[in-house]
Amino acid sequence: MIGDAMVLVAALRDPATTRALDAHGWTALIAMARAEQLIGTLAHRLSAEPVPTQVSEILDDARSNAEHQKRSALWEADCATRALADYDGKVVLLKGTAYVAAGLRAGEGRHIGDLDILVAREDLPVVEAFLLEKGGWEWVKEDAYDDAYYRDHMHELPPLIHKDRDRMIDVHHTILPLTAGPRPDAWGLLGASVKPSPLQGGGLGEGESTASVGQLDSPPSQPSPQKRGGLYILSPTDMAIHCAAHLIADGDLAGGLRNLWDMHCLLTEFSTTDSDYFATLQQRATHHQLWPAVHRAARLAHELYGTDIPKEWQGWYRQDKWFIRRLTARDGWGRPTRKFTRLIFYVRSHWLRMPPAMLARHLFTKWRKAKDKI
Amino acid sequence: MHEFRVQVGPAAFRIGSRWRQPVEQLAALYADYPKPEIPDFTVRLDAPSLLRRFLRKSVAINGDFMLPDAVPLPFGQALLAAEMGMNLQMALGWRRHLLLHASAVEREGRALIMTGASGSGKSTLSALLGQRGWRFMGDEFVLLDLDSGAATPFPRMISLKNEAIAAMQVAAPAARFGPLMTATPKGDIMHMVPPVAAITRMAESAQPALLLFPSFGHLPAVREVAPGENFMRMTQASTNYVALGEAGFRAMTRFVKSVPARAIDYQTGDEAIALVERLWERLV
Amino acid sequence: MVAPTKYYIAEPADQLWVEPLDAITLIYQRRSGITHMVVEPVPEILTAMGVDAVTAAALVAKLSDQFDLGTDEDAEAVVTARLEELAELGLVHRTQCDA
Repeated sequence: MIGDAMVLVAALRDPATTRALDAHGWTALIAMARAEQLIGTLAHRLSAEPVPTQVSEILDDARSNAEHQKRSALWEADCATRALADYDGKVVLLKGTAYVAAGLRAGEGRHIGDLDILVAREDLPVVEAFLLEKGGWEWVKEDAYDDAYYRDHMHELPPLIHKDRDRMIDVHHTILPLTAGPRPDAWGLLGASVKPSPLQGGGLGEGESTASVGQLDSPPSQPSPQKRGGLYILSPTDMAIHCAAHLIADGDLAGGLRNLWDMHCLLTEFSTTDSDYFATLQQRATHHQLWPAVHRAARLAHELYGTDIPKEWQGWYRQDKWFIRRLTARDGWGRPTRKFTRLIFYVRSHWLRMPPAMLARHLFTKWRKAKDKI
Repeated sequence: MHEFRVQVGPAAFRIGSRWRQPVEQLAALYADYPKPEIPDFTVRLDAPSLLRRFLRKSVAINGDFMLPDAVPLPFGQALLAAEMGMNLQMALGWRRHLLLHASAVEREGRALIMTGASGSGKSTLSALLGQRGWRFMGDEFVLLDLDSGAATPFPRMISLKNEAIAAMQVAAPAARFGPLMTATPKGDIMHMVPPVAAITRMAESAQPALLLFPSFGHLPAVREVAPGENFMRMTQASTNYVALGEAGFRAMTRFVKSVPARAIDYQTGDEAIALVERLWERLV
Repeated sequence: MVAPTKYYIAEPADQLWVEPLDAITLIYQRRSGITHMVVEPVPEILTAMGVDAVTAAALVAKLSDQFDLGTDEDAEAVVTARLEELAELGLVHRTQCDA
């Protein structure tokens, strides 16, 4: 009886553990991986492992699906570049699209949904105008309260969706909601952002960026949000910080195992090519007021995925075990489990996002709207 | 969780249900089908969210692939929920063939494919033809091989709606039927077990030879459908064309260029079958 | 001050799969995975563009060998409009000068 997602964690961490799986075990593993949106990643990890025939067909499908998602994601980024060609500020790719644009290990087999970009806060109106007028995006219908809530308190514009391609774009101006505790240095994020690997043929290249990874992260002497054409990605330390912020400091850990796998890949890849990476990361995270989040994310990655982190960073901290419980709360049917733990993190996610008085007001408004709908 | 497994053509399903009854109904209908060891897809019939649970007993369709705003079905339609769940997994998750939203029957190694919107009669026609010497291949999806273009059978329970139910009970008195479900989103629905040959020969593919766009409720007529129009209609009706990328493009263009297509109007099953036989003889 | 002349260059031929059917032509664009269904004069424009960067005016000259395009001004306006549409779709790219 497969109780929780540790079998998935083990399979990603060490593909050879799957050799002990029987038909029942494989069935559960695949259902869990799909529920956690990690089937593409799992398929990539298992590409050299001998697996039963039916399983190899499922994994082949997952691999080709991941290729399709990668192509769609890069195309969306391409379309955004064209719509924003006359905008002279930097446009920074975030999350999955950034990983595949830069050819990072975190992008291999990854599920990619919407396009996420980061721009300077004062440029939001002009970016918004370009996307709507030149690019063919339009607002996802929201009401006035949600719209105002987004603009005033969140770290992104209200969602935009493309008329023809039916894909969403999220335009961020910082990496955490404005009402959250930590205040990352958004201007610094933009300033330190860099180009991914060489562009080819007018679009984003297939990117082997390993050669350039080590050079990317020198602290900028003259950080500037002015761009020199094309799309950017966060610097290696900022990328890991964003990943940790998203996982620990925002949200209820939905998709947490996947998010943590990103962290594992980023920390491993960047620290391999830069021996000072962890020291710089701690410094930079502190600057962004996100050291506790980065530290916790690193500990969790070490505990679950075996990420190599500095000795001083290791050790059990209070509440780590609650995070582990929440992260692995999935059964062999793909169902979410551990309802109480989930509830705790759900409540926590609201606390993270806003001060108590505001939270009360916000929940009241949402309750009233929901009541009106029934 | 009560569990049910079934292999249909190349696809293997696992269905988990909180309640025993739907699983027993499925097991009875699919009794002659092979049972897979490792499923391609998992479907779950769950109790819906806490709020809905108190309104009335209903079934939420969950699984590997889900629709975010899907409305749960009443408990009496749990069997329908399971069938819809399987359709959803195929529609959103199948990648090994190009999926056409169509029915198909086979004769002498060649496939007749019928496509159209709900209510066009493609399901009923395929069931009727299956009683008139053709081998039933499927009534919901036609699976086209990405390299050879051959149609692979996918013979699930045949979904009969409204008037077609009585018609098929007359046309196929020896067939096995599922329970009658009334007041579904599409009216009355009853499932019919495909003929034995459809099940035993579910691994035998057939080369598509004729494509029909049937339209029920008009005077009998035949119109040619040019490849351009054919392509537009078929890609709109294919749920995985886009996700298949280049392979999908190749398979669909090969299909529309090599298979003759006609739109047929009819008012009775017999009229339709007569048109089918005439066209088959002339074009295949 | 004269506005710089706009040049356009087609997506490389190995990135586009073109299938003429009857009334429409299918163009599968490999980079995006999108299938475009286009009608005259789009396929003709793409063929006439060849591999080099061209201006709308040069394209009109090439096409008027095969087609009757009306007056020079009309033709250039029509061709420019089509090129701009194609640029939005990524089938053609705007570029600064001769390749």
